[in-house]
Amino acid sequence: MSAERKIETVTTGQNEIIEFNRGLLYEESLLWEKEHADHPGVDLPAPENLKSRTGVPDRENIGLPQVSEPQVLRHFVKMSTWNYSIDHGFFPLGSCTMKHNPRLNEKLARLPGFAQIHPLQPESTVQGALKLMHELQHWLAELTGLPGVCLAPAAGAHGELAGIMTIKRAHEMKGNKGRNVMLIPDSAHGTNPATAAMCGYTVKSISTKETGRLTVAAFKEALGDGKDVAGMMVTNPNTCGLFETEIQEIAKLLHKAGGYFYCDGANFNALVGKVRPADFGVDVMHINLHKTFSTPHGGGGPGSGPICTTAELAPYVPVPTVVKNGETYSLQWEKDRPETLGQLKGFQGQFGMHVRALSYMMSHGADGLKQVAEDAVLGANYIMASLKNDFHAPFDGPCMHECLLTDKNQKDAGVTTLDIAKALCEKGFHPMTVYFPLVVSGAMLIEPTETESKDSIDRFIAAMKEFAADVREGDSEKYHAFPESTPRRRLDEVKAARTPVLRWPSDI
Amino acid sequence: MSDNLKYTKEHEWVAVEGNVAAIGITGYAQEALGDLVYVELPEIGKKVGKGDNFAVVESVKTAAEVYTPVSGEVVAVNTAMAEDLELIKKPANQNGWIAKIKIENPSDLEGLMDEKKYKEFTDGLS
Repeated sequence: MSAERKIETVTTGQNEIIEFNRGLLYEESLLWEKEHADHPGVDLPAPENLKSRTGVPDRENIGLPQVSEPQVLRHFVKMSTWNYSIDHGFFPLGSCTMKHNPRLNEKLARLPGFAQIHPLQPESTVQGALKLMHELQHWLAELTGLPGVCLAPAAGAHGELAGIMTIKRAHEMKGNKGRNVMLIPDSAHGTNPATAAMCGYTVKSISTKETGRLTVAAFKEALGDGKDVAGMMVTNPNTCGLFETEIQEIAKLLHKAGGYFYCDGANFNALVGKVRPADFGVDVMHINLHKTFSTPHGGGGPGSGPICTTAELAPYVPVPTVVKNGETYSLQWEKDRPETLGQLKGFQGQFGMHVRALSYMMSHGADGLKQVAEDAVLGANYIMASLKNDFHAPFDGPCMHECLLTDKNQKDAGVTTLDIAKALCEKGFHPMTVYFPLVVSGAMLIEPTETESKDSIDRFIAAMKEFAADVREGDSEKYHAFPESTPRRRLDEVKAARTPVLRWPSDI
Repeated sequence: MSDNLKYTKEHEWVAVEGNVAAIGITGYAQEALGDLVYVELPEIGKKVGKGDNFAVVESVKTAAEVYTPVSGEVVAVNTAMAEDLELIKKPANQNGWIAKIKIENPSDLEGLMDEKKYKEFTDGLS
């Protein structure tokens, strides 16, 4: 790393230093490339007359690097600094709800009574843990208006799978035949059609290109007579950051045709505490505990994707679920709930995430959760209002918890969404979601979340405004070279995808 | 360019020769996708219906489905394209097609646009 690296500081009238990120600090070689990488890190006597009983070649001959404990430690600590996270700075990745993970959640999840229990312990010895899960089921049921809760799914997409399997199970148990179509808007998350296909459904797309929203007319066209429709998968607010204003009417038409309404809960952060999805017609919904309820994700921890259903669908959800009899809590399995679709996950799901999510809910309270949604929506609208004269906004606001812009105003000068994302890396921000949703060209989807301060959002807005001003003034050439301060500069992404090098050095 | 070139609203072109339709994606689609990194070809002999997705093209930005405007059976796939993705930029007679489909109902071709109409259509999209 060059000693002359410029660390940019910005000074105000009072010579106050304002925090600023730029590039990354460390360069690091591979373990194999380290000096003396052939020297053992520990000095243990070689065991005598040791014969491999597994057929594995001698340790010396399989090319493992030999490094000492401090070398290994420094290697991984340095590399961990390359992993930009919400604990480093602003992370406006649209559709991902990268909010702060309160440390109170971590403290509670580490309590020995939660952290050191085993799923095979007798239920009588883990009553507290079961009570916590029961309480979480209750909170989710209250917040969604959907009383059938299963906490087991291990992630968002797993929750989707559990939700659509629940719908499939319901049709099977009710003897409904010939329903093999799933209706999905063209702005959906890619996991929606994938989930439908995994469950054996044919996907029929509903067009939202005109206004970014579902319309009754477009829905009716996709529904037809509805005899072959098993259900509909909709994200609300949708991936354009817009609330689906005609959703109640659409849900009524779907129900009349005999289909079920699955709601993708990825964007629940915009509604939590304000809107109960059951009230706009949802039959089953997954909840990303790791988005809305702040459990760590994006490399920071496992996800957790509980599903919530109407009372009608509750018998079919996966096992186990937690019930309370008198003062005793227990898990219900197939023998207790014969209509269930079965078990989808080992044991009871990501229990550590259940603890963190309930900690988040209870520490915020009902009023605090309401404010979460309000502040998340406010932040996104602040960004949209600040940037809509610089960047093209394909759909008029107000938006919900994320704001959608495009590169339309910059494209003719040769600066695309990809270039803007790379320029943000140069400025020390994690880029927004790019080229999604697919229904608009050159999409930039920005989700600040409620935990970002106004100062931090203002710095992001200032960076974006600077890019737009540069392009307006004809200073656009440098945007093809960013990022310049990072250890690796602009990568040839096409070449990397077409001819990936998966081993380095290639002769090992 | 073949005189028989027709276009779809989903940005495929169709080159008809006898009862076989060679299908590729238009320059507009290629521009929108960016450089391709992968193409998934259908199997020869596969029956497809009008409007079905029969291939997938993937770029750094996104993956997109390619739809067939005609019903019929896949009679040829461009295996050379899987190796050399730049071929997708070529016209039909220079190996720019993804797959060839034996046309079941010639009437499927009726609703498709000619070059002039397709240009008007894409100009209106911006």
